Amino acid sequence: MERIVLHVDCNKFYASVECLHRPEIRNLPVIVGGDESLRHGIVLTKNEIAARYSIKTGEAIWQARQKCPNLVVVPPNYPLYMRFSNLAREIYCDYTDLVEPYGLDECWLDVTGSGIFGSGREIAELIRRRVKKELGITVSIGVSYNKVFAKLGSDYKKPDAVTVIGKDNFKDLLWPLPVREMFFVGRATEKKLNSCGIRTIGDMANCSREYMKLILGKHGEMLHAFTNGYDNDPVKHMDDMRIIKSIGNSSTAPRDLKTENDVKVLMYVLAESVGRRMREQGFRCKTVGISLRDNELCSFVRQMKLPAYTASTGEIGAVAMTLFKENYNLKRQKPLRSLGLACSDFEHEAGAVQLDLFGDAQKRLKAERLDAAVDGLQARFGSESVRRGVLLTDRALSGFEPGGSFTPFKRSF
Amino acid sequence: MYRKVYVDVLIRHEKNGKITPLALTWENGEVYEIDRVTQICKAASLKAGGAGLRFTCRIRNRETYLFLEDDKWFVEGKS
Repeated sequence: MERIVLHVDCNKFYASVECLHRPEIRNLPVIVGGDESLRHGIVLTKNEIAARYSIKTGEAIWQARQKCPNLVVVPPNYPLYMRFSNLAREIYCDYTDLVEPYGLDECWLDVTGSGIFGSGREIAELIRRRVKKELGITVSIGVSYNKVFAKLGSDYKKPDAVTVIGKDNFKDLLWPLPVREMFFVGRATEKKLNSCGIRTIGDMANCSREYMKLILGKHGEMLHAFTNGYDNDPVKHMDDMRIIKSIGNSSTAPRDLKTENDVKVLMYVLAESVGRRMREQGFRCKTVGISLRDNELCSFVRQMKLPAYTASTGEIGAVAMTLFKENYNLKRQKPLRSLGLACSDFEHEAGAVQLDLFGDAQKRLKAERLDAAVDGLQARFGSESVRRGVLLTDRALSGFEPGGSFTPFKRSF
Repeated sequence: MYRKVYVDVLIRHEKNGKITPLALTWENGEVYEIDRVTQICKAASLKAGGAGLRFTCRIRNRETYLFLEDDKWFVEGKS
């Protein structure tokens, strides 16, 4: 049986929610942007009017102001966006339990078994109207028989629209589009494809599978399959999404990082946060990855495996610094703008620990007990009560909480 | 133009979980009794800017929307 998959995309999500709540700015060019004084000053979203000035998501706020001097810049309000995201998902859940979120503002829905509400297009229209009435924002919905085409469908016509892409019309609708419109085709892939004379999605589909593999490897085979509609990836169930596969934090520094100590300070702030969150979940990790972005916004990631599972802040921080030293040279390369740290490959701490001959495992357990004690102190007296020495060397860099998740909320006993 | 006016609301909580607003207090302290709730639905208020549960109320023979947004109540006030 052919599946019916919907992809629902809330148009200009942050900006729409802000404009709903502030009728006075609804008819002005509006962007939601980060705090410029903390150097988070990029455009997160823009409304339709700002889009007419060709303001782009991700560009600096000062660039946007040059294009449009009377621009209204609104700071982001994530709790509010979370609320709207949840309200939208509640609506989707009235039609199916197969709802797979993709970020805050996008979801895939599998409504194959929801015929009681009508056809795919009818359900999409219902959802579109309900979100508009109940939440006051607009969505565009793609209806198709697989996830990739549904996603392309939701981009095809926006805002406030429904596009049906079936086996009969996908060649007419999607194949003439340029390759960059395709899901999973970024800047690098686009360049490679264009250099081989592949410019449209149809070109990709009409190449042989072997040729695509030759250009892009495994990724090419996948794209070949997707462009021909051979994607059978299921829409995940709501409850399956809770499995945590990695824990990470990243942060843009208040100033460029020029020395190794700068990097170390920020890296340990991140390690503290990631380590604590991992211990809260009762995890130990075996892979540590870092992401680096320099002040010209070029970024890359590196990761490495550890010899054994760990949840110790000190060890994660040390590994992250090793990775950094092996892959970046601040003396020869550009200063860094932002850092990220992520741990993955988890096992549960209740599992058995593999001991070794030279007692490293025992040292590790000891370090974890120390971390647990520090976690307890911080939970009770605030995160400022016990800190690593390295964090005190530069309070301007270390004086923030990654993600703001760890409120200095003091538990009383 | 409209604005969002948060109001105090007197509510009857029934044992089956149903809630009925009985009266609201306007900014100036005047109390308006709600004669009847004619409709309850989820809706956004484009006029005042917000979204939540919308109670269509008859107050002094006029129809008014009263919104419950999370745990606060507001009405669309003229400005």
